[in-house]
Amino acid sequence: MSTRNALFALSLAFAFGAGTAVAETPGLGKPINEADITAWNIEVLPDGTGLPAGSGTPTQGAAIYSQKCAICHGENGVNPAAGVLPLVAPPKFDRIDALKTVTYYKYATTLFDVVRRSMPYQMPKTLTNDELYALSAYILSLNKIIGENDVMDAKTLPQVKMPNRDNFIIWAPDKI
Amino acid sequence: MTMRKRRKIPPPEPVAGNGLLDRRMLLGRGIMFAGAMGTGAAGSLTGAAAEPLKDDPWSLEMGSVVPAYQVPSRFEKDVVRTRSNPNNEFRNSHARTPHHLLQGTVTPNGLFFSISHSGLPDIDPAQHKLVIHGLVKQPLVYTVESLSRYPMVTRMHFVECAGNSAPMFSNEPVQATAQALHGLCSNAEWTGVPLSTLLEETGIDPKAKWLIGEGADSLSLHRSVPIKKALDDAMIALYQNGERIQPGNGYPMRLLLPGYQGNMNIKHVRRIKLIDQPAMSFYEAKTYSQILPGEKMWLFHFTMEVKSFITQPSFGHSLKEPGYYEISGIAYSGNGRISKVLVSADGGKSWAQAALQEPVLPKAFTRFRMPWRWDGQPAVLQSRAWDESGAVQPLRPEFVAARGQTNTPVTNPLGFPNQHYNSITSWGVDGSGGIKHVYA
Repeated sequence: MSTRNALFALSLAFAFGAGTAVAETPGLGKPINEADITAWNIEVLPDGTGLPAGSGTPTQGAAIYSQKCAICHGENGVNPAAGVLPLVAPPKFDRIDALKTVTYYKYATTLFDVVRRSMPYQMPKTLTNDELYALSAYILSLNKIIGENDVMDAKTLPQVKMPNRDNFIIWAPDKI
Repeated sequence: MTMRKRRKIPPPEPVAGNGLLDRRMLLGRGIMFAGAMGTGAAGSLTGAAAEPLKDDPWSLEMGSVVPAYQVPSRFEKDVVRTRSNPNNEFRNSHARTPHHLLQGTVTPNGLFFSISHSGLPDIDPAQHKLVIHGLVKQPLVYTVESLSRYPMVTRMHFVECAGNSAPMFSNEPVQATAQALHGLCSNAEWTGVPLSTLLEETGIDPKAKWLIGEGADSLSLHRSVPIKKALDDAMIALYQNGERIQPGNGYPMRLLLPGYQGNMNIKHVRRIKLIDQPAMSFYEAKTYSQILPGEKMWLFHFTMEVKSFITQPSFGHSLKEPGYYEISGIAYSGNGRISKVLVSADGGKSWAQAALQEPVLPKAFTRFRMPWRWDGQPAVLQSRAWDESGAVQPLRPEFVAARGQTNTPVTNPLGFPNQHYNSITSWGVDGSGGIKHVYA
């Protein structure tokens, strides 16, 4: 079946009930409610979908950073430990091997998302939502992408204009 | 009498410069060998006769106990992966496949390359769950046990890190083995459940354009995948070369996306969520986005493009004497089957077609072979592959013009100056049989 036909068939199944489709497969998946997936449902999308309630400022983030992040990433986001990249670098990509850090991201949501799911490296998923916003604000502020007093929350974070946002080319749009 | 018959066959004429022979001689190798030697003598080129044969100790006593799970002979102790983080420091770990010491097309599970960004999770398969949710009609949870009852498929596919061959972006050739240069790519037979079967059960909201695959590792590593790919040939793989997937390759299940960059083949996959936009995860937004010359960058370069490299002979080997050798290597493409491989022994001045080992499978390693009579003079060995989509492996000048190279030589072969290098590799053989990595 071509992809288009498969999509069409699946769309039909969706529109008219999955009964016929399921009948052809073992059907051994257990139904679950979205509410019961909450603990795993952590991604944040570029338009802000998935951002939790809460807020934080660069000043609040600086204190948390010193305590929980600096040991690997270095004070003020520079001079990191061996094997760890710095968090502060100019958005200058004039070499194919230029240092890529937060200033490379197309969207600020990437920063919030990766800290939320992966950091601190030895204790991932332990930061509160306010801490995540504060750390995001601090790191964006260190890179001079937002002001020193800007508040990051579910509304402001997706609106941050990243310096490298307009330089990306989709490699092969027809393959997506 | 046999000798007389052999002498009637003329030595094969080279089909390209520096002694490349017709690949068709590989079909009748037994007969053609003597002719290929050119001398007509049945013995080695040195003319020294073999020593008288005798029984060695292992032929005179009972051997050791047969183990429950066997490992290679102790004499093969150097055929191992090279590791970037053997002490498990708080950073990622790479283990590279020793291509220069292997043959055929299947990478043994113990030598399959592995990259882990936060160590290997110790997952109890009885506790592991895979949830599919988001833009679906009915979110569903699967277990290893339930998936084991599904109709399965078995397919041979390579997995390649998008950063494989990254030292080749260096403006000067890094002196390193095929393992160090190209070891982040391996090939296995995968068995599992087509993802399309499971998506048929959950149903797909027409608004879904992408899905997130997410792992059970401590980083919850996730990547965005076009729905188009998910319905094409994606698989929830449970087995690797017939046994359960190795911990370093995604135990107990991984999202296999044939031909797509390795990082997207989510290991230990525990969540698939259908969404309407790409998530712009850390790895797609930064690590696997390539900086191009001219300060632009690519996003979503998912396909691993057509590529080949010679594994025998290559850096780390040496040719003991002039005479017959088989040049061989591997070719693969994320677009489909390999259609042709050309080999050169004179740095690209002339090329000859290599024999492709059957079966030639889509998005899988294909072993190519080329008979060669080395005359003892300097030679530069290269391979160049084509795939069934018509894509061709770019020559280095073309590649560098489009993708660039570093301004200063790369000194650390473990570094990643850029991603998606698929140009050719050149091995320079000197007059004494030593082999260097060269640009030609």
